[in-house]
Amino acid sequence: MREIYAWAAIALIILASTTGDILLAYSMKRVGDVGELWKRSGMLAVIGRALSTPTFALGVMAMGVAFYSLLFGLSWGNLSLVVPASASLTFVANAIAARIFLHERVGRRRWIAALLVAGGVVLMAV
Amino acid sequence: MTFRKYLVLAGITIFSTAGDSLLARGMKDTGGISLHHLSGLLLVILNPWVVLGILCLLTFFSCYMSALSWADLTYVLPATSLGYVLVAFIGRIGFHEVISPTRWVGIMMIAAGVGFAAAGPTVTPSRHQSVSKEPSPQAISQEISS
Repeated sequence: MREIYAWAAIALIILASTTGDILLAYSMKRVGDVGELWKRSGMLAVIGRALSTPTFALGVMAMGVAFYSLLFGLSWGNLSLVVPASASLTFVANAIAARIFLHERVGRRRWIAALLVAGGVVLMAV
Repeated sequence: MTFRKYLVLAGITIFSTAGDSLLARGMKDTGGISLHHLSGLLLVILNPWVVLGILCLLTFFSCYMSALSWADLTYVLPATSLGYVLVAFIGRIGFHEVISPTRWVGIMMIAAGVGFAAAGPTVTPSRHQSVSKEPSPQAISQEISS
């Protein structure tokens, strides 16, 4: 039973952190190049513009859900299962979601990079 | 890619690893937190390791947001994954942990993945014009050829 709970937590971590990453990436693209904005209008303008983007707050909330799911997942499953399983699957989920929602062109180079890192993370935990 | 942008990517890698390690060190001092004693969570913030860890994670978050403002998510995530390798080396050097052959293969796969992503273009053209800055024609041709 605990194993089912652990996998449910892993699924929630992947869903929440992918949602968070997509929302934050979308918000920051709306804000524009932070370095240039900082030079032009100062730090407060950067913070103000990020906070006034509604998807930014939603993204941070989704990241919070992912963080607490990880804590609960760790209390139900082993560290060596929960962390690599959620981290490596999040890489792949992010690549798929970025292609669908952010319309990023995930070319062969980026697929190979995501799969190499995801596979490497699994091997690191063995 | 300018030198400043490489520094931001390095900041993401280093500060997320340092933040996680410092938090883990601090949580060892405070022991387990049960759902029945949630007040323990408030006391955790007084631990100096946890304070340092939170500061590092805040720096990581600023660098991460900065990178996402000028690069694709599918570029930033793999390009900043060296943290996993960094943790293994900290364990090897700092705590004399043994790195098994399987872990070495994992380290090499992550390093190769990071190299693959980082050598590619940072931004790809979007079908919708939501990206504030257009990518250079050179980046587009590089992506098409990859």
